[in-house]
Amino acid sequence: MPYERGMNEEVLPVMRSKSGGWLHYLANPARFMRVAVPALPWLTVVSVLLCAVGIVWGYQFAPADWEQGDAARIMYVHVPAAWVAMAGYAALAVCSLFSIVWRHPLADIAAEEIGPVGAGFTAVCLVSGSLWGKPMWGAYWVWDARLTSVLILFFLYLGHVALIRAFDNKAHAYRAAAILALAGAVNLPIIVFSVQWWNTLHQGNTISLSGGSKIYVTMLYPLLISTLGFYLAFITMVVARVAAAINERKLAAALLAAALHAAEEERT
Amino acid sequence: MRTPKKRRLYLVLLGSLCFGAAVALTLAAFSSTLTYFLSPRQVEAQSPPVGQSFRLGGIVEAGSVHTTVAGETPTTHFDITDGRAAVPVSFTGVLPDLFREGQGVVAIGAMAPDRTFAADEVLAKHGAAYMPKDVEEELRKSGKWNPKYGPPPSAASWNDLPVKAGS
Repeated sequence: MPYERGMNEEVLPVMRSKSGGWLHYLANPARFMRVAVPALPWLTVVSVLLCAVGIVWGYQFAPADWEQGDAARIMYVHVPAAWVAMAGYAALAVCSLFSIVWRHPLADIAAEEIGPVGAGFTAVCLVSGSLWGKPMWGAYWVWDARLTSVLILFFLYLGHVALIRAFDNKAHAYRAAAILALAGAVNLPIIVFSVQWWNTLHQGNTISLSGGSKIYVTMLYPLLISTLGFYLAFITMVVARVAAAINERKLAAALLAAALHAAEEERT
Repeated sequence: MRTPKKRRLYLVLLGSLCFGAAVALTLAAFSSTLTYFLSPRQVEAQSPPVGQSFRLGGIVEAGSVHTTVAGETPTTHFDITDGRAAVPVSFTGVLPDLFREGQGVVAIGAMAPDRTFAADEVLAKHGAAYMPKDVEEELRKSGKWNPKYGPPPSAASWNDLPVKAGS
């Protein structure tokens, strides 16, 4: 359903201060609703299609690995989930920066809504990796640098989810959670480089942007499609949650206004 | 002019910088304990005392694997190498599926009095290369790679190699 502006909800005048005027323009909740809500059904259809094509291709038609056999197929879920978990945290950190420095209402809401989705993708990554680890490594879990840093990422997400909902005063909640998210961002380069800085049981990078990827083409294509699908699914979920949160706030504001109005009438 | 926004931005940047530096220094200080395993070269240099538990990682040396079966349980002797040094390892029990000559492994255990490594547990470390069976056979037949002697050659030489239909 397309979002329509009500009669009595004018777009707030855009503050055009010298620094970051365009940021204010982009981060206006009403504008977000006008763009995002009509896009949601499309995003949903495309992300579901891409995930389905990538995973069915990977699990049914891509060749098995010469050494791991069919167990290697876990990568069509595990690897995209891991990438999205990290990109999601980067997005959370960026929102937190906007939230703490420029006090953007949309960045506050986005930070609140990214947390649970990112935690979900991180959980998928951890569980799928663990199920692969038992038959391949011989252990569900080892405390090497890669696995441990991703577990910390999961706890950072959970901590953020809990902290941002732990205050009665929302402004305090957003500030405290933003500090946690920004401090936790130091974990991202640790995850990425853990397999290079330290000896880990987890293998090194297969896909490299700067050189040849150590993966056969017919295994690479479904992996890339599945990755695109996971990214879009993440974006879809976050946009839907942010739209719902904005509607919730509007509803609460309207109810409050109605209650105040009623009280006013009663008095006169 | 110093607006509150700018002040907050500088505060965040300064805070991130300090925190990042603190974490980097901590990681650098704990670098050796963050390492999941020691390589044979490190074992040779540090010579860990007999009985002290640690993890040893490297490649299973080609031609070094010997298995003897006493009753029901197999005991396997093999060397773990990193190309420069090698440590003899003995392990009693069932090895993971991916264990083979040329495979990266991590063994958990301690040095025995005879300076061999007595492993309680052996984990297989999988390499980063993914290829179908046909490609592996192709490389092996053409003599470009034998999995017994370590990781595969540069990926550009095989990651779009034409193979039989159906793979």
